[in-house]
Amino acid sequence: MSKFQFPESIRSRPVYGTLQAHPGKSHLMIADSEGAEAILDLAQRKNGLMVNSHIIFIPKGTDFGKSLQALNPAQYYEGPSYPAALTRIQRVLADAAMGLQIYLSGTEGLMGQAQNEAMKAGYDHTAIQTEHRGSVARRMQCVHCKGITEDVIMDPFQCIHCGLNLFVRDHYSRRLAAYQAVCIDAEDPGNVPPSVELYS
Amino acid sequence: MNVPPPNSTAPKSTGAKKIAVTVSAIVRLNSLVTRFEFKRCDGELFPTFSGGAHTVVEMQDGDIKRRNPYSLVSDPAEREMFAISVRRDDEGRGGSLYLHEKAQVGDQMRISFPVNLFSLDLRARKHLFIAGGIGITPFIAQIKQLDRTHGNWELHYACRNVELGSYVDELTTKYAHCVKVYYDENGQAIDLKRLLDGQPIGTHLYVCGPKGMINWVCKAATDAGWPDAHVHNEEFLAPKPGRPFAVRLAKSGLNLEVGEHESLLEAIERLGVEAPYLCRGGACGQCETNVVESEGTFVHRDHWLEDDEKACGTKIMPCVSRFEGKTLVLDR
Repeated sequence: MSKFQFPESIRSRPVYGTLQAHPGKSHLMIADSEGAEAILDLAQRKNGLMVNSHIIFIPKGTDFGKSLQALNPAQYYEGPSYPAALTRIQRVLADAAMGLQIYLSGTEGLMGQAQNEAMKAGYDHTAIQTEHRGSVARRMQCVHCKGITEDVIMDPFQCIHCGLNLFVRDHYSRRLAAYQAVCIDAEDPGNVPPSVELYS
Repeated sequence: MNVPPPNSTAPKSTGAKKIAVTVSAIVRLNSLVTRFEFKRCDGELFPTFSGGAHTVVEMQDGDIKRRNPYSLVSDPAEREMFAISVRRDDEGRGGSLYLHEKAQVGDQMRISFPVNLFSLDLRARKHLFIAGGIGITPFIAQIKQLDRTHGNWELHYACRNVELGSYVDELTTKYAHCVKVYYDENGQAIDLKRLLDGQPIGTHLYVCGPKGMINWVCKAATDAGWPDAHVHNEEFLAPKPGRPFAVRLAKSGLNLEVGEHESLLEAIERLGVEAPYLCRGGACGQCETNVVESEGTFVHRDHWLEDDEKACGTKIMPCVSRFEGKTLVLDR
């Protein structure tokens, strides 16, 4: 099962729901990996939704592509990575009209970045639906060098840019679409606790 | 000249901070709407405000102190003068009639600092305004603000007829390409479905006008898939008359009778009890008051309390809501 119950945390930490079909002129669905399952569930709950839906999917090694295509959406695009899909996402949002509904599902990194693009297009973040599926890895920003490390699953971890040992915080930035990572051994360099998997 | 008594028995200042002003100009816009301009008595500058803000005007009408909220229609960056536009309401409780019939240039009054419950969402890529009748007033200031900041906006303004189209000339002269006016008596109506269809993403919708229009626009937007966060409306309720009722104020230890034509808030103020307020129109939530005890029926009329709060009868908004029954004790 691709669902995970996140423990309660600070207010800054995003909370995800379950995708619901809303009335709208058109529907934009952006998903990665197991996020496809949330779209498959949504399509099953709401007949006819796919007639004016546009699915943008990043498989990340999964094979949900065929099932999504079989939903017969108005438009379907599959990209090898989020950065590869980004220009298409930006173009779709730039051309969109009010009445568009936005559905995001999959990893926190994908949802956060796509939400950020929709916000930049002027769409209120509270109106964007999200459903977490699959990996619980996080997109982290090193607060020291500002470099982003994708898919962080161990805590602490080493910044791939500056090499500092970083502690994974729940403090989240919508503007950066990333959690904040803070040096864990600043006071006592080298004193780094052993890494454990998130939520383990 | 109407000069409020210097040490009036009015309660200590509640609501937003007050400014002593002189009526500096009265301009009749048409048979229903008149514009009133104010200058500060102390010669200082007014605060700046944001488009959509209102001021509460205090009027000493004989024995009655009236306090009515009006949207500011002057330029938000203009600090020498504040202006409001008031529609004469012959069926109303008398605030607008007082201004229309008794207020004169040179009168001294008190008005509140601006309070904005209908501000622009400055994240918007485009502002789409829909006004009905006197509902044009908040948009006048918002348009001046957006004009200065080169904002992207569009106004659809429905009026009864040419004669009653307040500010139509000014708007259509200065902003010919952004303003469309519809006259009811000429059979013109806003084609709302078509208007909402195809608005670019990031558009925010604002509606101000009669209740029916607000409901119509909000429903059409929801049906068309517009998120609530992109739809804004403002409707000031005027307190409605009702059967007199008795109230006990537990903290103050006072009993009072709310008259047929006064609001609960006004009755509390009449006794000199300090009660918070801002909008006096059921919108801002400032006057929310806890009910200690009640036996009877609440007549909730505000836009503030949630339906379940209204149902359980533990809170009341005294600016617009009333009570019918035997006992009402408030935590005031």
